[in-house]
Amino acid sequence: MEISKIVDDLPPSGIRAFFDLVLGMKDVISLGVGEPDFATPWNIREKAIYALEQGYTCYTSNKGMPELRKDLCLFLKEKYGMDYDWDLEILMTIGGSEAMDVACRTVLNPGDKVLVHEPCFVAYAPLVRLAGGVPVPIVTVAEEGFKVTPQKIAKAWQKGVKAMIFNYPCNPTGTSYTRAELLAIAKVVKKYNILVLSDEVYDELTYDFEHVPLSTLPGMRERVIYMNGFSKAYAMTGFRLGWVCGPEKVIAAMNKVHQYTIMCAPITSQMAAREAIRNGAKDVQVMKREYNRRRNFIVTSLNELGFSCHEPQGAFYAFPKVTHRLKGMTSLEFAKDLLEKEKVALVPGNAFGSHCADHVRISYASSYDNLKEAVARMKRYLEKYHGKS
Amino acid sequence: MDEILEILTKDARTTADEIAKMTKQSPALVKKAIKKYESDGTIVQYKAILNPEMTEDRNHAKVRALIEVSILPQKDVGFDHVAERIYSFSEVKSCYLVSGSYDLLLIVEGDSIQTVAEFVSSKLSPMENVRQTTTHFLLKKYKEDGKLFKTAPRLKRLNITY
Repeated sequence: MEISKIVDDLPPSGIRAFFDLVLGMKDVISLGVGEPDFATPWNIREKAIYALEQGYTCYTSNKGMPELRKDLCLFLKEKYGMDYDWDLEILMTIGGSEAMDVACRTVLNPGDKVLVHEPCFVAYAPLVRLAGGVPVPIVTVAEEGFKVTPQKIAKAWQKGVKAMIFNYPCNPTGTSYTRAELLAIAKVVKKYNILVLSDEVYDELTYDFEHVPLSTLPGMRERVIYMNGFSKAYAMTGFRLGWVCGPEKVIAAMNKVHQYTIMCAPITSQMAAREAIRNGAKDVQVMKREYNRRRNFIVTSLNELGFSCHEPQGAFYAFPKVTHRLKGMTSLEFAKDLLEKEKVALVPGNAFGSHCADHVRISYASSYDNLKEAVARMKRYLEKYHGKS
Repeated sequence: MDEILEILTKDARTTADEIAKMTKQSPALVKKAIKKYESDGTIVQYKAILNPEMTEDRNHAKVRALIEVSILPQKDVGFDHVAERIYSFSEVKSCYLVSGSYDLLLIVEGDSIQTVAEFVSSKLSPMENVRQTTTHFLLKKYKEDGKLFKTAPRLKRLNITY
């Protein structure tokens, strides 16, 4: 059977084999997981069970249950002062992933160029390509805390750029932005008339300052598609529920793609999400405090090991440079060797950007005991095979 | 609550150096704070929470009972004086003054049902000012201090994801 050219041309993930290796191994301490280690808070799970018992097992309206969108609308207004119409400007999606896919397919014409910062979440460039677009990388570097700056946007801009995918706090770097930094980015985005697909799924996990949604800055509402989800903040990854906010025209167009693709988000998840919005804030704060402590611990520990780790401001990842501490290994070779010798799993940096082969992504969404043990094993490994730091 | 205390109440084994890393303070400052909490009585004791069903002597496990006690409050000292006379017994592991249909809730521990029954009949009930007692023997412990006593289900996450 012939595969479409566009899919056939998608670059295969260079570390698929490594992932298979990890998945096939038992008793691994994994710092390679991109989801919370907390179970979904019980009240949310209980609401999902109750919804099933009550027979909520049918389709909902394409955009999502009106009650949920109304709750979400109020929640966003109270939290960030966002002002989206619950009926016309909010769409519930299957996680943030569907949101980004539908957004790309809705706004891109064949050949449209899209700025994508690197390192970034692995799906962005493929989604742009699947929608017929052409990703244009903005290379961010450790020395600048992996920040996207106005200068970098201006430098990367070229004729044909229609949009930019922007993710903060960022997977894999944890990088986020203050209001002042975002204002500067907004200015250059407006100057070049760029539409922003803003993936803010880690917004609740911002540690050092308040998260500011890009769409709330002056003049940005009309050019930002705001995406978020319940996965990270409420530990609801398996529920697969996210949402998009944007101008009426964009949401109506996205809803067309969404309705023909998946009809609607699952009703059980939507019922659970209402509980999350109404009664989930306390649990979010408890988890955030815990992540913050782990962040402090892991960053200090990684630097003590001789790695070079900038301080992430959000999400639950550290993205240290490791190769200078190793005897002539790439981060992929290091990840394989560490897995084999000490059964600690982490993700090599080149998964997130071709220039990141010196880095690894370390997820601290893991119990404190696991983090401690993983650090001890890495220390033992480094001293045995790569000498003292 | 101070973050140091919050961390220690979750896991008393956490060392001062580890707490220092987690809270971005100097180890010396954390050590000093813990010393102070220990000496001023904020931290009373460090101990392990055991699952009685898993201990080696589980066939000879201690018997525990919740005992509701109605008492007559005394002039000037209210319930406190009677409570003190009751909680001073070594068999009484915990003692709470509660609102509702009785006054004191005790957790009493003994080697057998007979021992606990004897404590109630010969020591507690005959006390002056104790009007009535109701004893509930504990049959199974499901959760204590936020900890579940069945083996935790294995986390169902994949070992590696983007």
